[in-house]
Amino acid sequence: MADHKGVLVCGEAIEGKLAGVTAEMLGGGRKLADKLDEGLSVVLLGSGVKGLAAEAIACGADKVYVVDDPLLKDYQTDAYVMAMVNAVNQVAPRVVLMGQTSMGRDLAPRLAFRLQTALSMDCTELDIDAQSKALIQTRPVYGGNARAVFTTESLPQMATVRAKAMSPLPRDDARKGEVTDITAGIDASKIRAKFVQKVKEEVTGVKLEEAPAVIAGGRGLGGPDGFKQLEGLARLLKGAVGATRPAIDNGWVPTSIQVGLTGKIVAPELYIAIALSGSSQHMAGCSGSKTIVAINKDPEANIFREARFGIVADWKQALPAFTQKVQELLKE
Amino acid sequence: MKIAVCIKQVPGKFKIEIDPQSGALTKSGTDSMINPFDQNALEEALRLKEKHGGKVSAVSMGPAQAAESLREAIALGADEAILLSDPAFEGSDTWATAHVLSLGMKKLGPPDLIICGRQSLDGETGQVGPELAEMLGLPFVSSVSRIEEVGEGSMRMQRMAEEGHHVVEMQLPGAISVVKEINVPRLPSLRGLMQAKKAAITVWNGQELGADPARVGSQGSPLRTVRVTQPQRSAQREMLQGSPESQVDEVVEKLRQSRIL
Repeated sequence: MADHKGVLVCGEAIEGKLAGVTAEMLGGGRKLADKLDEGLSVVLLGSGVKGLAAEAIACGADKVYVVDDPLLKDYQTDAYVMAMVNAVNQVAPRVVLMGQTSMGRDLAPRLAFRLQTALSMDCTELDIDAQSKALIQTRPVYGGNARAVFTTESLPQMATVRAKAMSPLPRDDARKGEVTDITAGIDASKIRAKFVQKVKEEVTGVKLEEAPAVIAGGRGLGGPDGFKQLEGLARLLKGAVGATRPAIDNGWVPTSIQVGLTGKIVAPELYIAIALSGSSQHMAGCSGSKTIVAINKDPEANIFREARFGIVADWKQALPAFTQKVQELLKE
Repeated sequence: MKIAVCIKQVPGKFKIEIDPQSGALTKSGTDSMINPFDQNALEEALRLKEKHGGKVSAVSMGPAQAAESLREAIALGADEAILLSDPAFEGSDTWATAHVLSLGMKKLGPPDLIICGRQSLDGETGQVGPELAEMLGLPFVSSVSRIEEVGEGSMRMQRMAEEGHHVVEMQLPGAISVVKEINVPRLPSLRGLMQAKKAAITVWNGQELGADPARVGSQGSPLRTVRVTQPQRSAQREMLQGSPESQVDEVVEKLRQSRIL
């Protein structure tokens, strides 16, 4: 156990490019590795993924381990777990980071179990205790109403990281790094859940989780027509429209745009909360936003305790004014 | 088809109280209910039973009052309910919880399919399902949004992914976790409510499960909670004054100045 060293990020590719959360973990992982005075490496699993190695190095990695195998072309739990166990055993890292993505959620608990080590999911903050070299893992619990801080004694120390919780480093193509191949070591007969096919969902406009601005509406909008009016502002800001659970439950908008504890978690630069009260369940999905602007006619609404800027007004007056003002600004 | 559904009782309303001295959580909430994702898990189990026949067992690890949630599961249509309860289980992290559930499943007689919710509303880890599957040596598919087909010894389903969904075929016996997109849970029927009233909830304690005290409760939990804190609210807050138009003008101007717009 004593020879576990360094930070290993489990990389992910989306459409042939390094996933945003991977670059963020490399940024965050760099700080942890520097604090430990140890190396930062990334493991890339897939088929034909070696080309991403240079990008990973430019994003902060000292070492890239490439696990290339046709069985890893698409995500299949059993194959990925076997390949990751193999890679982690070879690299022997002190810390393993994975993204809180559909893959990370699925893979991390199984990997932790096989490695007989503990795991914290969906961390929003990670740090190193200088003395013990322990990974200090902070994650929201109780619907964002509290934050819990964990440590673990087993090695490697594992955590999954929420998207946008960490910042990527500025890309530096002059950085030098080492690329090593690792064999996958997958026993194909042990793949019990097989990937059949991928069905892409057509998204019109900007994806909610990736949007730099989110315009969210609640029950106060009164119906689907209210949400239609949010779209204009969303388009201007190259953003996406979000909604609270009551608006979804009323059938005004599709479930896919729900922001909150049981919906999506977003952390845009700008979150404009319109005619929503700001329940803790909703805030759990957007409290990571850089700047929150609230528009609500009730000055006592909880959202005003969470927002950077509060506009006490009827949305029917404030929203057209806001949209127009932004339009004028963009013309300049 | 023998289906087991894992259920957790969670607070319907969060009310966090933290001991400022020790940083320990003293109260988390009120108005208990079945964890929302577990409601979807139970609903899917009931639909599978209606289509393919079989039996649905609801299983929960928790204190004595978790029996209420199991009674609710019976009201909704579960055939039996089992509570895994022992003071020694207190303080269990996901690992210890999955261990207790795995013992429960073994004692129950291995089901063909275990269905869990994607994550709990309070702990929010999403770890217990996959860990349970690992402990039982079962395949596991997470975030299932639709079951397409259940055949002889295998099932085909859709799991949610960032870019859409994946179609996956899994061997049975196996385990899955479901997302809320999979269905809309039913409400209990009057008959169900009557049945639930008189239904016996089976309770198994640590000894009956053959649990090793070193692997349950806080002793069996590798994750150490250092402290629980309440999040800081935005320190800088500004309420604007004046007409809606002038408030909007002021905010947009401030956003422009700080280069957000």
